[in-house]
Amino acid sequence: MIHFVVHEEGDGVGVVVVEGVKAGQELNGWIMEDDKDLKVTAKSDIPIGHKVALRDYREGDTVIKYGVDIGKVVQPIRKGEHLHVHNVKTKRW
Amino acid sequence: MNLSNSTFFGYKRENGRIGVRNHVLILPVDDLSNAVAQAVENNVKGAMALPHPYGRLQFGADLDLHFRTLIGTGSNPNVAAVVVICIEETWAKKVADAIRATGKPVAHFGIELHGDHDTIMRASRAAKEYVQWASELRREERPLKDLWVSTKCGESDTTSGCGANPTVGNAFDKLYPHGVTLLFGETTELTGGEHLVAARCRNDAVRKKFQFMFDRYQQLVERHKTSDLMDSQPTKGNIAGGLTTIEEKALGNIQKIGRKCMVDGVLDKAETPEGPGLWFMDSSSAAAEMVTLCAAAGFTVHFFPTGQCNVIGNPILPVIKLTANPRTVRTMSEHIDVDVSGLLRKELTPDQAGDKLLDSMFRTANGRLTSAEALGHREFVLTRLYESA
Repeated sequence: MIHFVVHEEGDGVGVVVVEGVKAGQELNGWIMEDDKDLKVTAKSDIPIGHKVALRDYREGDTVIKYGVDIGKVVQPIRKGEHLHVHNVKTKRW
Repeated sequence: MNLSNSTFFGYKRENGRIGVRNHVLILPVDDLSNAVAQAVENNVKGAMALPHPYGRLQFGADLDLHFRTLIGTGSNPNVAAVVVICIEETWAKKVADAIRATGKPVAHFGIELHGDHDTIMRASRAAKEYVQWASELRREERPLKDLWVSTKCGESDTTSGCGANPTVGNAFDKLYPHGVTLLFGETTELTGGEHLVAARCRNDAVRKKFQFMFDRYQQLVERHKTSDLMDSQPTKGNIAGGLTTIEEKALGNIQKIGRKCMVDGVLDKAETPEGPGLWFMDSSSAAAEMVTLCAAAGFTVHFFPTGQCNVIGNPILPVIKLTANPRTVRTMSEHIDVDVSGLLRKELTPDQAGDKLLDSMFRTANGRLTSAEALGHREFVLTRLYESA
């Protein structure tokens, strides 16, 4: 079962595509562009459609998705944690 | 899907364009004319009024856009005939004459010097003739290139970028080589991925025009913003669906233009393309505004990928809704025409998903009602550029 998908190799986030992911759960990931598998252990409950961090981040780091910059980290994030508006902000506007 | 020699059945209009619907419109030029337009709609079964809140004391570019949108809507090949209503007869005539240039039957009526009752009676007589006339028009087999397909996504979430939007991209890549006229837009919703669109422009002239429109919209945001636009762009629904920043939303959005098609030209709002290919239209990213502009530009079928499920439709442009979000499929299935959630379970390849959408496109073009049409979604929303005088 695929729990999360990643657009391409090198992206720092995965998208949870099933409902009910809980902290502590081992998640199966699929890198769509490269058709590879990976695993990560969830450190937060993560709703469907929301992102799981695939690496540790420090404040000021850039998050890469689709191979492109999608924003800056404003609070440290550990691999497996929920990455969203509480810890990442736009660099535009 | 091999699209060589593909055909669909549409209505050939007087100007050679092909429609996939056969509407008779009652078109008010201004807010004051809505009551008459809706009374005519009530009197004549099969006629459709398009009420809206604008048209008084607009000026300059905003007024030009108002007229262009109304005239474009009436001129759309999905429309068989039009009855134009305005408080002032001269402006009814102005809109009607421009629609008449397509060759389709158009009548126009002013309310002043007549009042509502007399106008309703005269306009109802015209509308009845048109509805009966239109009911005898027949579809004919036409080549795929006669179809004009627009796209805009809505209430997106992260599944849009990895499922529904790439499905539109796959379909666009397949339609493009066959000379289909294609459209995308949503200017602010390219923020963070604008360089990817610029790189896809056919030549420097197209790129320069695109960049000018993109920069102009950025300046508008900078001038009026009171925050980083959180909850507006991305919307609350986008954020609830997992999208974090405008950049992330934009990169998902851009999946809709596929990987192969080039951006052949750039259009102002409600402007009609001059030939086949992929066109960018400078536009709002608000669903009903953008889809109304697509219809006014002459597009006849629309792909609307969604995540959290925007329920939009349009009065004259059939909106085909697709999603890859399994929760949306489970909770809001009556709105979804094409379920591509299998993409995220490896049960469907991108190629199969694109074919599924194209199959729905042909069925819709041939006459099958979309979910939005069956549910009566007729959002007709005019874009305003600034305050009235």
